[in-house]
Order: sequence, then structure tokens, then C-alpha cells
Amino acid sequence: MTPMLAVDWAYWQETLVKVGLGLVAVLLLTGAVVYLYLFKFVSFMQSRLGPMEAGPYGSMQLLAEVGKWLQKEDVFTENSDRIVFGLAPAIVMSSTFLMFVVIPAGPNAVISDLGTGIYYVLAMTSIATVGILSAGWASANKYSLIGGLRAAGQLIAYELPLVLAVVGVVIQVGSLNLQDIVHAQSDGAIFGWSGIGNPFIFTQFVGFMIFLIAVQAELTQSPFDMPIAESELVGGYQVEYTGIRFLVFFIAEFATAVGFAAVASTLFLGGWALPADWASESTMHWLGPIVISAKAVLLVGVVFWVRFSLPRFREDQLQQLAWKFLIPVALLNIVVTGTLKVAF
Amino acid sequence: MVSSPLSDFLRSYLTVAIFGSLGFILVGLLLFISYLVRPNRPQPQKYLSYESGVDPVGSLWSQSQIRYYIFALLFVMFDVEAVFIFPWATRVEAYGGFGLVEMFVFIGVLLLGLVYAWRKGVLKWA
Repeated sequence: MTPMLAVDWAYWQETLVKVGLGLVAVLLLTGAVVYLYLFKFVSFMQSRLGPMEAGPYGSMQLLAEVGKWLQKEDVFTENSDRIVFGLAPAIVMSSTFLMFVVIPAGPNAVISDLGTGIYYVLAMTSIATVGILSAGWASANKYSLIGGLRAAGQLIAYELPLVLAVVGVVIQVGSLNLQDIVHAQSDGAIFGWSGIGNPFIFTQFVGFMIFLIAVQAELTQSPFDMPIAESELVGGYQVEYTGIRFLVFFIAEFATAVGFAAVASTLFLGGWALPADWASESTMHWLGPIVISAKAVLLVGVVFWVRFSLPRFREDQLQQLAWKFLIPVALLNIVVTGTLKVAF
Repeated sequence: MVSSPLSDFLRSYLTVAIFGSLGFILVGLLLFISYLVRPNRPQPQKYLSYESGVDPVGSLWSQSQIRYYIFALLFVMFDVEAVFIFPWATRVEAYGGFGLVEMFVFIGVLLLGLVYAWRKGVLKWA
């Protein structure tokens, strides 16, 4: 195992530091994204100021909200399946954390550099489906059940375009490891010109667009927000959740948004790396985390821009978009990429 | 400290397990903090299921027509396909033209399945 710093640490020391830093990074980025987009960006889009009281420009609003949620009574409805109901938010949260394990933020800054890389990320994201479905079922509420089932149907339908869109990148790199994917982009060249490396957003533009659309659906953000459609289902699978358990769903939703954005920037925008000519390896040790955070936060911005701009689809339109358009196009993308890779 | 490649491999997954359990630990911690500050005033009305403010009607463990179970079946088909595509995708150049043609046939057969489901009308509901 590569030591993170020059010091040769024992496994438990290194793991402790990595897990601690990882947790702080995930929560900080999530908080930043919630403040930046959910509180401020949408407010400006709707010609209002958003939170202004808590802290300078309302920047402490999220802490105030968490304080409020902490004081809420912990309510289980009388018929709910208490064990499953209580565990469901933790399953969703855990799935979110597991996503971040392999996303690299620098030459050595990765919690665990697995060889299965991107495939592992895609596998972990689907665990959230189990948590959401059990939340909807265990609430013993009709709205929740319908919301949970809608969520399950939606998450599995868009899991496929997500997986298939990634294959194009894997074909180009020949590896599943995210560090290899980053290096392939920073060391690459576009027709012999290595000025900006070779970010796969150019060669895999179709894959990038499919990935973003699928991410929008996986995050159940509008226009794909039927599972929690507030005008039809009140709150979908979240109806019976209050206080901390609701807060956990909320944090998980935004942390997953950051996670998917970080994965998308690693796959298509070059990840933590700048083009090889721009900065030396030693600079990237401290610059890398900043670069990937900036890219991820910008991509989350795109997700929220779409979320607050487009109205909701109908449930069957959503399924048709996935099965009749995204999946065939993603398969075509694989075929074309494979052919070009073999031909050249 | 000398370690074998196998134990390094297992350790990288131990790190994964530790980070994954963090989700449960964090939820437990938040629940504990909340337990210290939250009120507890039980009233029977609080524990009714929410149905827009009126008393719940019928069984709460209700049944629902899952129109999209067929999508779940299609999903299994395509997800298994993805499992087979990934190993090929990492070794495209090594397999060359032969692997490419074989993958075309594989994807073609699966697309036929999708077209069949499409023609059968399962992708849209009345």
C-alpha cells in the first residue's frame, strides 16, 4: 500500500487519517453544495435573497437547520416495521459513503485504490435502491409504498444507461481503476496536441450526456422526481420520516449528488489532475483536492440548474426515455467506441 | 513491515468496510445527540399513518399494482450484459477484431430482446 505521506505509517494509522479526512471532505462539500445551490442559487433564480440571518449571508443556515432537526421527536407510526424503518436511512447513508472510497483526489489521496474502481462505484450506488425501497415499504403508508416502488423502478431503469455510458471510457483507457483513468486523460493528447491533455468529454461526449441525464434520475432530482413528487405523493418514501432520520435522507441525497459529480469529473473532465504540462506531480498533492472539488461543485451546479428549470415528467415517460432512447444510444456508443479503438 | 500481496488486497477492502460502516456510526451518533435534546410526549394520534390529515382508510399494508415489474426483468437481462461487457472493455485491443465482432453479436442479441419487448408493448402502459 502506498503511504500517503513520506512517513511510513502503520495500516491503522493511515486508515484512521484517510477515513477522517474523507468524512470531513464529504460533509464539507455536501454542506457547501446545499448552501450554494439549494439555499442561494435557487433563490436568485426565483428573484429572492434566500437565507440571510444565520451568519454572514446566511452561510450558517444549514447548522441552524440541523439544530432544529435534532430537537424533533423521534416518531415511529403504529404499524411500521420498526427495524427496517430505522435501518433504511443508515443503508442509504452507507451506500453514499461507499461511493467516495475509490474517488481519487490526488496522486496518493484516495481512501482505497481498488482495481475494480468505477465498477465498484456503480455497484455501491445501487445499494441505495435497497434502502429507499425498504423505507417505502416499512413505513406502512400508501404514499410511501407508491413512492418507494417508483424510486426502485426509476433507479434500476437509469442504472443501465449509467453503467453503459461508462463502458466507452473504460474501452478508451483499458482499465477500471480511477487513477488509471485520470492519468490517461492528463497524459493524453488530442491528435498529437497535448496542450490540455485528453479529457474524455470530447471523445465521449455522448457518454457524458447520457451519464449526466442518468445521474439526474439516480438522484431523483426534477425533472425525474416522481418518487418524492410532493404534489401527488406528499413526500413519497419520506412521508413518515421526521427529525434526524429525515435529515439523514437529506444529507445522503446531497452527498450522493457530490459523489456522482466527482465520479463524472473523474471520468470525463480529468479528475484531480491538470494536463501533464501544467503542474508537477508534487504540486498536485495539494492542488489535486482543490481541482476535483471545484469540478465536482460546478457539475452539481448543472444538476441543480436543470432541477430548478424543468417541470416533472410522467412516470411512464420516464421509463420510456430510459428504455427507448438512452439505452439504445449508450449501446451504439459502445459499439462505435469499440470499433474506433480496434481500427486505430 | 513486510506484507504479502494478498493481505494488501484484503486490507484495501477492509478500508472499504470501515468507511461504509461510517454511515451507520454517523446515524447512530446523530440519533444519540438527538436523544439528549429531543422531547418525548407520546399521544396516540401522533402514531397514525399520514394520509393527508384524515384517518387512514383500509389496511395500511396496502397492495399496489406494480406495473413496472417487467422493467425489473429487463433490468436483470441488461445488468448481466453489463457484467460481460466490462471485462471485454478493459481488453479491447488484445481481443482485436474477433472480440469486436463477437461483442457486436452479443449486443445485437440483447438489442433484439429489447426490440421484442418494445414490439410487445411492455414499454408503455395504457
